[in-house]
Amino acid sequence: MDLVSFAVQLLNGVQYGLVLFLVASGLTLVFGILGVINLAHGAFYMLGAYLAYWITARTGSFWAALVGGVAIAFVVGLLLEEIFVKRLYGRDHLAQVLLSFGLILVLDEIRHILFGKDVHSVPAPEFLRGSIQLTEVLSYPVYRLAICVFCLAVAAAIFLVIQKTRIGMIVRAGAENRDMTRALGIRFDVVNRYVFAVGIVLAALGGIVVAPISTVFPGMDNQMLILSFVVVVLGGIGSVAGAAIGALLIGVADSFGKVFMPNFSSFTIYVLMAAVLLWRPNGILGRREI
Amino acid sequence: MSLLAVEKLEAFYGPIQVLRGIDLALRPGETLALMGRNGMGKTTLLRSLIGLVADRRGRILLDGKDVTRAPPEAIARGGVALVPEGRGVFASLSVVENLVMAARPGRRGKRAWTLDRIFELFPRLRERRHNGGHQLSGGEQQMLTIGRALMTNPDVILIDEATEGLAPLVAAEIWRTIERIRAEGVATIIVDKDFRALSRLADRAAILSKGEIVFEGTPGELAARPEVLERHLGV
Repeated sequence: MDLVSFAVQLLNGVQYGLVLFLVASGLTLVFGILGVINLAHGAFYMLGAYLAYWITARTGSFWAALVGGVAIAFVVGLLLEEIFVKRLYGRDHLAQVLLSFGLILVLDEIRHILFGKDVHSVPAPEFLRGSIQLTEVLSYPVYRLAICVFCLAVAAAIFLVIQKTRIGMIVRAGAENRDMTRALGIRFDVVNRYVFAVGIVLAALGGIVVAPISTVFPGMDNQMLILSFVVVVLGGIGSVAGAAIGALLIGVADSFGKVFMPNFSSFTIYVLMAAVLLWRPNGILGRREI
Repeated sequence: MSLLAVEKLEAFYGPIQVLRGIDLALRPGETLALMGRNGMGKTTLLRSLIGLVADRRGRILLDGKDVTRAPPEAIARGGVALVPEGRGVFASLSVVENLVMAARPGRRGKRAWTLDRIFELFPRLRERRHNGGHQLSGGEQQMLTIGRALMTNPDVILIDEATEGLAPLVAAEIWRTIERIRAEGVATIIVDKDFRALSRLADRAAILSKGEIVFEGTPGELAARPEVLERHLGV
C-alpha cells in the first residue's frame, strides 16, 4: 500500500470515526447524566437522515435541512423526555430497554408510513460536490472533508460547553455528586430534559451529515446503534472524551480492516473492543463500575 | 415568625427510624448550635431539613411554607444551603467553578454574596481559584463549601461538622468566618464537637440523643447543667 492510498484510508477512517463520535457522544451524555440506556438512539440517527432527505427534497437546500433537522430533533427530544423518558429515571435497566425498544418500533413504523421502504439519496450542497485530485487515479471528495471539519467543530463546541460554561459546570458537578448539586438548588428535571434533547440532536446531526454520502434507507439505524454502543463501551460509559477516542479507533480500525482483512472486516472492531476491554474493563476513560 | 419551623419530624433510612419527633424553630438570623454524640441523628436532621432524606414525616415549614415533601432543589431555592459533613467539594471542578455553578440570587432577588465577596471573605480561595477541587487541603475545602453555600444567597445555612479534622489555626479561621456570616444576618444551624467555640457563637443550643431533642436553651443555660453536658457531650 503506497502512502497516498494509506492516507486516503486513514482519512476515510477518521471521517467515519468523527460521525460515529457525533452519534455516540449523544448516547454517552444521556447515559452519563440521565442514567438512561437509550436503545432508540440509532432511530434518531435515522430520523436525522430522513429529515435531511425530506427537507432537501422540499426546499432544494441542504442547509435548510441541517437547520430544520436540528430544530425538529431538538423539539422531538424535549417532548419525548417530558412524555416518556422522565419516567425512567432511577428505574432498572429492563424498564429503560423496554421503553426505548418500543420507541424504535414506533419510530420505524412512522418512517414506514411516511417514506415507505425505498432508498433515497440526498444531494450534497453545490459547492461541496467536487473532488480533490490526489494522484492521477486517486481523488478525495470535498464533501467528506467538509464532514470532518463540521464534526470537529461540533466536537469543539461540545467540549467548550462542558468545560467553559456554567451549564457544563452543573453537568459535571451533577455527574460527580447528584445529591449535593440538588442541595444547591440545581433543578435536574430541567437539566435532564435539555441534555436528552441535545443527545437526540447529536444523533440526528450524524444522520443529516452522512445522508449525502450514505443514501437514506430503512434499517440504517441498526448498524449505527450497535457501533455507537461499541464506541461508548470502548471509551468508557458516560465519558465524552472517551467516546471521541473510541470513535476514532473504531473508525480507523474499520477502514483499514476492510482493506487488509476484507474477509474479516465485520469483526475487526469487535476484536479491538475485546482487546481494549481486557486491558481496561471499564473502557479507556471509564471510571464507574457497571 | 420562625424562618424554619420543625414539628414532630421523623426520618427513616429504610426500616430504621433515625429521628423520633423533633420540634425545633429557627428565627431569622439566629445561630443554633446542634450538639450530641455521634450517631444521635444530627447529620440526618440537617439532611432532612434540606430534603435529602426522602422518607420524612411530620412537618417542616420554611418561612411559613410547607416543604415537608419538597425535593432538595425546591428547599434550596426556598433559601436553605447545606455545608455537608465531608464537605462535598466537586473534585472535578476548579475552585471558581465550584462557586460559579452554585451562584443564584436569593429570595426576593437578594444578591448579597458574589464571587468577589467570597474571595474577600476567603483570600486563600482567590489564590487557589484555578486549582481543582481535588487539590485543596481540608481547610480550603471547608472554606470552599461555605463559600459555595453563600453563593446561593441563602437565609439559612446548615453546617455539618464545621471544623472536624482541621488544624486549630484553620478551625479558628472557620469560626471567625461563621461569625462574619452571622453578622450579615444569615441564620445558621451548626454541628460541631467544639463545645466552647459553639457556646461563644450560638444564640441557642440543642442537644440530640437517639433521635430526640433532650435539651434546648441558651449556651449559658447549658453551661449551668453539668449533668447534661457530661451525659450527652462527654464534656
